[in-house]
Amino acid sequence: MTDTETKPKKEKIPRQAMPEQDPGDRVNNFDEVPCGYPPETAILEARRCIQCKKPGCVEGCPVDVRIPEFIKQIAEGDFIGAARTLKETNCLPAVCGRVCPQEDQCEKTCILGKKGEPVAIGRLERFAADYERDQGAVNIPAAATPNGKKVAVIGAGPSGLTIAGDLVKLGYDITVFEALHKAGGVLIYGIPEFRLPKAIVEAEVDYLKKLGVKIVTNAVVGRLKTIDELFAEGFDAVYIAVGAGAPVFMDIPGENMSGIYSANEYLTRSNLMKAYRFPEYDTPIVRGKNVAVVGGGNVAMDSVRTALRLGAENAYIIYRRSEVEMPARKEEVHHAKEEGVQFLLLTNPVEYLGSKEGWVTGVKCIRMELGEPDASGRRSPVPMPGSEFVIDVDTVVVAVGTMANPIVPSTTPGLETNRRGYIITKGESGETTRRGVYAGGDIVTGSATVILAMGAGRKAAQAIHQALSGGA
Amino acid sequence: MSSIVSKENLSDSVVRMDILAPEIARKRKAGQFVILKVNEQGERIPLTIVESDGEKGTITIIFQIVGKTTALMAALNAGDDIQDVQGPLGNPTEIENFGHVVCIGGGVGVGVIYPITKALKEAGNRVTSIIGARTRSLIILEEEMRAASNELTVTTDDGSYGVHGFVSNVLQKIIDGGEKIDHVYAIGPVPMMKAIANLTRPYGIKTIVSLNAIMVDATGMCGACRVAVGGKTKFTCVDGPEFDGHQVDFDLLTNRLRMYCEQEGQSYEQHRCGWQGN
Repeated sequence: MTDTETKPKKEKIPRQAMPEQDPGDRVNNFDEVPCGYPPETAILEARRCIQCKKPGCVEGCPVDVRIPEFIKQIAEGDFIGAARTLKETNCLPAVCGRVCPQEDQCEKTCILGKKGEPVAIGRLERFAADYERDQGAVNIPAAATPNGKKVAVIGAGPSGLTIAGDLVKLGYDITVFEALHKAGGVLIYGIPEFRLPKAIVEAEVDYLKKLGVKIVTNAVVGRLKTIDELFAEGFDAVYIAVGAGAPVFMDIPGENMSGIYSANEYLTRSNLMKAYRFPEYDTPIVRGKNVAVVGGGNVAMDSVRTALRLGAENAYIIYRRSEVEMPARKEEVHHAKEEGVQFLLLTNPVEYLGSKEGWVTGVKCIRMELGEPDASGRRSPVPMPGSEFVIDVDTVVVAVGTMANPIVPSTTPGLETNRRGYIITKGESGETTRRGVYAGGDIVTGSATVILAMGAGRKAAQAIHQALSGGA
Repeated sequence: MSSIVSKENLSDSVVRMDILAPEIARKRKAGQFVILKVNEQGERIPLTIVESDGEKGTITIIFQIVGKTTALMAALNAGDDIQDVQGPLGNPTEIENFGHVVCIGGGVGVGVIYPITKALKEAGNRVTSIIGARTRSLIILEEEMRAASNELTVTTDDGSYGVHGFVSNVLQKIIDGGEKIDHVYAIGPVPMMKAIANLTRPYGIKTIVSLNAIMVDATGMCGACRVAVGGKTKFTCVDGPEFDGHQVDFDLLTNRLRMYCEQEGQSYEQHRCGWQGN
């Protein structure tokens, strides 16, 4: 503090807060929680950026967004220009502005963060993208000259959409095959409306379609057609971005009882199928009164906050380590706490109890204590004998992670996977053990973040471009 | 979008439809299914592909009107569209010449056993088939099943047609007759499949059942369709839909199938009231 006082700057603007729905109101609706910056706040926040010559923020961004440039445009009031700068390197800025863990990426390496608070890069990104869309000013760049090469992308999630956007701009003929009936992957089925409105995802997908990307829904590659058949149809390269979509269960007694969901199922019902609007939409979901969500990641937070909005009186997080080790973003934990989620930390389920009709009525838990650090560097939880207790629940959501879905690897001869089923690639290019086949995102890394999957798409786009056109 | 090419009411509550889905029609094998989503608000429901015509590019489905979605579908006609058709899903039936097989279908499950029966016959098996329903008007695909089998017996619970009794009674008679049976395929309501599995277990006759668990994505992503087989959790959509009937926990399946009874009833009720203009 004394440092800034001795060297007075022209002005000192604090990091601007983003208005949010009141916790008491928002638990009763599925509307987005943060409301976005008004233009004057965005300008104020943008003016905090000191326009570093060697910007650390860009180095922290997996898709190399030209951050100082778009922020300068916002500071100057050129919001549309800012959106276009963003879109040159990131085809999903309205999504990234909302769901990227900026605190671990661009904002982590922002110079202002060394002594105070970093520039709110994510909020500014969101502002510019939203402004452009709301103004109806989305600019569709002129179509690139077709180069005659066809690339198939498997999976219309963040990684697949990114590579599709990058390659279509280079003149490739792109077809994205999506297993579900709607494009977007985890952005559509996984992340709830209150964190990422589906209209925004649809608008970003629509933008890609206008760029010329073809999206075929209901196309389960491996079942409807194999990768070999795609090559036979004339595709020159294939990018596999099918995610790590298979749910992990804990394999404890009673886990298949009625009322127990995987987070994938719970969120897919609510988000993709809009079960929260049942019976207007036909897919049902259990509206539990006492809901336990097992896990401590973002998916667990999304699930527990969904449970509250579906009318839970008690919504619990059961997590085997302490809050420090929780993998969820701080912001998500904070929002969950504000909304009244009860955290049962250092606690692990060991068994589910049920009614004679097979409906879950309780979860038997055991207390844990932290022991030595494990392979992940986090202190591993150890059960405390004799500490079992039971919580009454009528609904449980298991959110302890996901694993690789074997449909594509098992139907693609020569495509090697590691022992956990993830596809083996050569470095950052995404090249697999099959010639012409590339892979990226969660099916390579295991479950990670939207932006890392996008970064993998970006790098594979460069590799495919190099291989097919000799381009850089 | 997939358009309905033809529609036929097989009984008061059972409908047969041919849907244009050329890629699925070319690719599907006996035992596989599709997921249908009828409109924007619709749910995703699994239905077995009964037949396909590669030249016309059509697949055939048969369904019973049991709730809102099937009622909505039954109200559609040739020329109308179904918003989403995804498939072919699930593992195909393992078809070999096993020798003598008995194919058993109950109710609308006859639509599921029929393609398997046909494929087993084409593979050279001697096929004895038994189909049954509550009452005569609910018997479907009798002629098709007769053509796909060496022998066919029809049963009705109320005795209004064919043999009075259950399909399991007929199977018991065949077993008692001493003729060797290599495989049994039993597809129908859960109590029927459970009864058949219990019947064949002491004789050690391999019995395959096809499970109709609730599904959402049907690609192994959600686990809604999990069942216990031999004490292990399996996903019906990607590990099945066919399993060893002697290993399946049918009581768990029954419980899980009831998970949304209340909501399904509510949804269907509102739908019917709307229909009648109330």
